Amino acid sequence: MSDMTMEQRLALDHYDVDAEPHIKVKAEACQGCDLRPCLYVCPAECFKLKDNRISFSYEGCLECGSCRIGCDRDAIEWSYPRAGFGISYEFG
Amino acid sequence: MSDGFEVIVVGAGPAGCAAAYSLARAGIEVLLVERAKFAGAKNVTGGVLYGSVLNGLMPEFWREAPVERRVHRHIISLLSEKSSVSIDYNTDGSGSPASAGYTVLRAKFDRWLAQKVEEAGGMVITGSRADDLIMEDGRIAGIVAGGDSIPAKVVIAADGVNSLLASKAGLGVGLSPGNVNQGVKEIISLPRQTIEDRFNVGADGGAAIHYLGFCTRGVHGGGFLYTNQESLSLGVVVQLRALIENRLRGVELLASFKEHPAVRELVKGGTTVEYSAHLVPAGGLRMVPRLFTDGMLVAGDAAALVLATGRALEGLNFALASGIAAAETVKLARDKGDFSRTGLSQYARLLGESFVLQDLSHFQRAPQFLDNPRLYSTYPDLACGLAGKVFEVDGQPKMTAWELAKAEMKGKVSLWQLVRDAMAARKTI
Repeated sequence: MSDMTMEQRLALDHYDVDAEPHIKVKAEACQGCDLRPCLYVCPAECFKLKDNRISFSYEGCLECGSCRIGCDRDAIEWSYPRAGFGISYEFG
Repeated sequence: MSDGFEVIVVGAGPAGCAAAYSLARAGIEVLLVERAKFAGAKNVTGGVLYGSVLNGLMPEFWREAPVERRVHRHIISLLSEKSSVSIDYNTDGSGSPASAGYTVLRAKFDRWLAQKVEEAGGMVITGSRADDLIMEDGRIAGIVAGGDSIPAKVVIAADGVNSLLASKAGLGVGLSPGNVNQGVKEIISLPRQTIEDRFNVGADGGAAIHYLGFCTRGVHGGGFLYTNQESLSLGVVVQLRALIENRLRGVELLASFKEHPAVRELVKGGTTVEYSAHLVPAGGLRMVPRLFTDGMLVAGDAAALVLATGRALEGLNFALASGIAAAETVKLARDKGDFSRTGLSQYARLLGESFVLQDLSHFQRAPQFLDNPRLYSTYPDLACGLAGKVFEVDGQPKMTAWELAKAEMKGKVSLWQLVRDAMAARKTI
C-alpha cells in the first residue's frame, strides 16, 4: 500500500548524478546469499532482484549507508559520491 | 599545496559547525570542509532541537536562526492497527525560548550555522570531500580532499554516522544492524493556517508527536510527526536489524503509517515535496568509540553521541555540545602546544562533565531495554484495547478498571511479565 511509487518519491529529490558509481556491488560475494538484506534496508530500492540476481543502480541513492551496514557478506564497496554529486535536500 | 590551517573540521552539521564557530570566534584559524554543495544539503533530522546548548553558544539564536516552530505541544501516541491512545502535553508557549524545543529543517538550519562560522571568521569550503587523512610520524596531520593535501595541527571529524575518517583513524564506531536505526521521512506541504488550526498551535507555535506501536508493525522503532512553518515532517525510525529480520521496508511502513487513523486526517490534503532517509546511531554508551587520538577528535554522530531512551532519539544537542567540547579541547591543547592524544585527553573530561557522557552513562542500559519486542506490539495493543473497553459502551454489565485490565491482558502478557518489564523500565529509562 503506497500513495507513491519509489520512482515518484525519488523524483521529488534533487540529484547531481555522477558518471561513475560511488557504490559497487561485488556480484560474486552475493552468490549464495539467501537473506538479501539489501532488498529491505535500502530506502531508495536501489537493489532489485532480477532473474535471481541482485541488480544495483546508484542514481537514486540517498547516501544513508544502510546497505553497507546491512550486508553481512562484504559485498558492497561503499563510499560517498564525489564532491558536488549525489543527493541535495531542499528541506532535510 | 596549502599552507594549512591550525584546525580542520570535517562535516558542516551541528557538531562541526559548533566546533568551527567556537574556534573561529576565539581567533583560531579554522577550515570547515563539507562534501555537499551547501551545508545541510545531505542532512536529515527526525528530532526536535532543544535550545539550551545553542543558546549558550549563540545567545538568543532563535531571533535569527531559521527555526520552523517553537514546540509547545508534545504528544506521545501508542498505536494499534486501527486505534491510538495518546498523552497530550500542551502549554501556552510562554516558557523560556532558551530551553524550548524547535522544529528545524536541516537543509536550511545547517546552512545558516555554516554561515555563522564564516561570519565568525572561519573558512568554509563546501563541495569538497575529505577522502583521507595525512599521517605523519604516526599522528594525524591534516586531510586529503579532492587530491589536495591540507595540513593542520588537529582535525575534528564531525562527518556523521558513516564517518569514514574516524574509521581510517581507528576510531570507528562499529556500526551493525543491531545498533543503528534507519529513519525515512516525507516533508508534506500544507498551508500555514491549516497546520495551526489542525494542531491547535499559534503562529510560530508547534507540535511534536512521537508514535510507538503499529507505525512500525510492532517492531523495534517508532514514528514521528513535527510541524514546520508550512509543512509537516512525517517519518518512521526502525532498527536496521528489525527491517532485515522481519522483511520490512522503511518506505512501506511510512506509507501505511500515513494511512493510519491517528495520522491520516493530520496530513490530509498535503503534498509530499521531499523524501529522505538517514541513519541514527542507537547503541548508547557501549557504542561510543575512543573519542580522540594523536591529532584528531571525533564529535557528533561520528562518535555515536546520540541518546536513545525510547522517549526519543536526541542527537542535535549532543552534536552541538560535543562540537563545543572538541573546540574547547583544542583551545586547551593549543595553549600547551600539545595536540598529541595526551594534549587532547581533556576532551574526555569535558564530555564527562557535560550532559553528553553523563546522559549516555545514566541511560546506558536503555538500548538493551528497547530491544524488548513487547514495547512495540503488546503494550501499544494493550493500551488501545483497554481504552476501547473503557470508552465503548455495549449495554453489558460493566467491569471495574482492574477487571477490564485483567481481561485485556489475558493471552497477551502475564501480570508477572508486565511487572518485570515495568521494573526494567524503572531502572533503565
